[in-house]
Amino acid sequence: MTFQGWLLIAVFTGLVLALAKPMGLWLHALYEGRRTPLHRLLGPVEAGFYRLSGIDPTEEQGWRRYALHMLVFNFAALLFTYLVLRLQGLLPLNPLGYAGLGQDLAFNTAISFTTNTNWQSYGGESTMSNLSQMLGLTIHNFLSAATGIALAFALFRGFARRSAATIGNFWADCTRVTLYLLLPLCVLLALFYIASGVPQTLAGSVDITTLEGAKQTLALGPVASQEAIKMLGTNGGGFFNVNSSHPFENPTALTNLVQMLSIFAIGAGLTFAFGKAVGNPRQGWAILAAMMVLFLAGVTLAYWAEAAGNPIFHSLGVMGGNMEGKEVRFGIAASSLFAVITTAASCGAVNAMHDSFTALGGLIPLFNMQLGEVVIGGVGAGIYGFLLFAILAIFVAGLMVGRTPEYVGKKIEAREVKLAVLAIAVLPLMILGLSAIASVTPAGLAGPLNKGPHGFSEILYAFTSAVANNGSAFAGLSANTPFYNGLLGVAMWIGRFFVIIPMLAIAGGLAAKRYTPETAGSFPTTGPLWTGLLVGIILIVGGLTFLPSLALGPVADHIAMVRGQLF
Amino acid sequence: MNKDILSSLRPALVMTLLFALLLGLAYPLALTGLGQLLFPRQANGSLVSEGGRVVGSTVAGQAFTSERYFNSRPSAAGSGYDGLASSGSNLGPTSKALVDRVAGQVESLRRAEPGKAIPADLVTASASGLDPHISPEAARYQVDRIARVRNLSPADVRALVDSTVEQPLLGFFGEPRVNLFELNRRLDALRAKPAA
Repeated sequence: MTFQGWLLIAVFTGLVLALAKPMGLWLHALYEGRRTPLHRLLGPVEAGFYRLSGIDPTEEQGWRRYALHMLVFNFAALLFTYLVLRLQGLLPLNPLGYAGLGQDLAFNTAISFTTNTNWQSYGGESTMSNLSQMLGLTIHNFLSAATGIALAFALFRGFARRSAATIGNFWADCTRVTLYLLLPLCVLLALFYIASGVPQTLAGSVDITTLEGAKQTLALGPVASQEAIKMLGTNGGGFFNVNSSHPFENPTALTNLVQMLSIFAIGAGLTFAFGKAVGNPRQGWAILAAMMVLFLAGVTLAYWAEAAGNPIFHSLGVMGGNMEGKEVRFGIAASSLFAVITTAASCGAVNAMHDSFTALGGLIPLFNMQLGEVVIGGVGAGIYGFLLFAILAIFVAGLMVGRTPEYVGKKIEAREVKLAVLAIAVLPLMILGLSAIASVTPAGLAGPLNKGPHGFSEILYAFTSAVANNGSAFAGLSANTPFYNGLLGVAMWIGRFFVIIPMLAIAGGLAAKRYTPETAGSFPTTGPLWTGLLVGIILIVGGLTFLPSLALGPVADHIAMVRGQLF
Repeated sequence: MNKDILSSLRPALVMTLLFALLLGLAYPLALTGLGQLLFPRQANGSLVSEGGRVVGSTVAGQAFTSERYFNSRPSAAGSGYDGLASSGSNLGPTSKALVDRVAGQVESLRRAEPGKAIPADLVTASASGLDPHISPEAARYQVDRIARVRNLSPADVRALVDSTVEQPLLGFFGEPRVNLFELNRRLDALRAKPAA
């Protein structure tokens, strides 16, 4: 570990904290539907969209209607992408002449991008036409992010409104977030990426005669426009197979920093927006503090493990940290930091190959996802996931003092706690259940590239990533098979929407409740005691279930690594 | 509920199409236009041409395996630096295949240059398989060989490496690194000078 490495981590953390308030204020304006300076330019587009689709943006929806419209919209967009991918061979902007995708791969990919997972069973540059990248995939990068933020707004309204029957209008939330936040920021980010060396062209590839006289063909395409939303929307689906480690996706240390900040920017801003929505910004800061405690703990462990390196290599005379699967321009510090950020948030972009991390360096990304990606988390999904844990934490606090607890002015009762547990239980049930199935069936066992405990880690990582809607991989796993495409597709769908529905039910129930003012007997939800309780509940409820599986995978792998045992 | 589903169909379908037009076509195509107009070199892959032929990109790496050039890192992209099949090795820390590969590379490096400490990046595959850089240590490791094969003075070659090293932005964003395409092009130019 180096001083420069720690300085990078410190500066990054400082920038995230500095971004939280301005981003939060902007998000809060959109949450309230206030007019922004961008309305002058994009207001007519918004109005036109509503008119053409027959939407009244002022019509308030109850939670059931909000959920239904969100689901039908997501399903329509999913079908659209499925068709684009299947028909790829017949459609234009296909310079390398790729055929349409097979049923199972198109199914998996369409679900993957709709659910903000962006798991990729394919290599982008060897599978997707430019049209598929733009029309099939980029639109979901926007819409799945906008859906997530809209859902967070709905839950905020549940806490903020008093004796209300409704939680907002899905179409208005989704459209405003897209037009006044995601799209303008992405235009700026994409221009920055292009200026930094990220290609943006409709050409498919370029032929090169190298200095040594060999032939090389480099894939090109409209990369920058996809890169911008891929990071900002915590999607993570790369244009190329190797994602943000590809020099054309992430050419410099500065683009790397901007990508890391993009992942956290909206998620951090949403904590502030929540505090403002419930009338006390300190509620938001308390959440952000708990998130940053967990984040920095993860960074410290991962950076330490990667910088310490692999003792088996050291015995061969190769000194220093673990550089297998890492790029020289990022090095150990920025690769470890990126890995923790991308799995703390539900991004899943990678700038290094997690599969080649040391055993403990790879455990941290895995554990981050198993906690439910509530450390900043995916855009929207992070904060609503976190608030589910907050409901459990305040319930536990209430049990300890023996009275019905309240959180930000709302009584937390049996219905909320049951629904929160239902949503949180999806993760362990699906991850462990599906990993177990894959670990005992021939089709599942055909997947791993590595042998021994690391092979099990590859399977566990895949299902963790899918259910948690992350999308990063221990990429040695051969996942482009009907078995994995099908099972992972189902896992992603359930991992997204089986959390969302109970969450919206909580939002609807909370909105209907009266305001309960804070009294001397209330548990304070702003100070360090609350932050500590949140961290504890997340680690115990979210993490404990997974320890046996981690012992079989990364922990066993670590012991083998220290003992020099190979597989 | 059925009436609700019906009432959601028109907004869902029309909004999907409108967003597809805006986000899937207008946005990327407008940026392609802007990028080609404002930053044509970068937007097309930062390519370098010599004598009418494209010889490389300053952003994405190419393979250097001959002893006359500073060598690139091992690559798992296709058969090495395949620009249509980017990939890391994805081999884990206890993989026998990985350790055998590294041990083999260490051995051949040791045979050529006994007694030198081996920089980690020179025997490990990058994440992309298209890493354009090596560490300054990995470049300096190869100085004696280059000088010998090309009949240059080691001091000149070392000076060339030192002047090609890029430092981290502000001292801590990124790592010290050497762009191999730049270094090897400058190496060729060095050779072109009349022998002193």
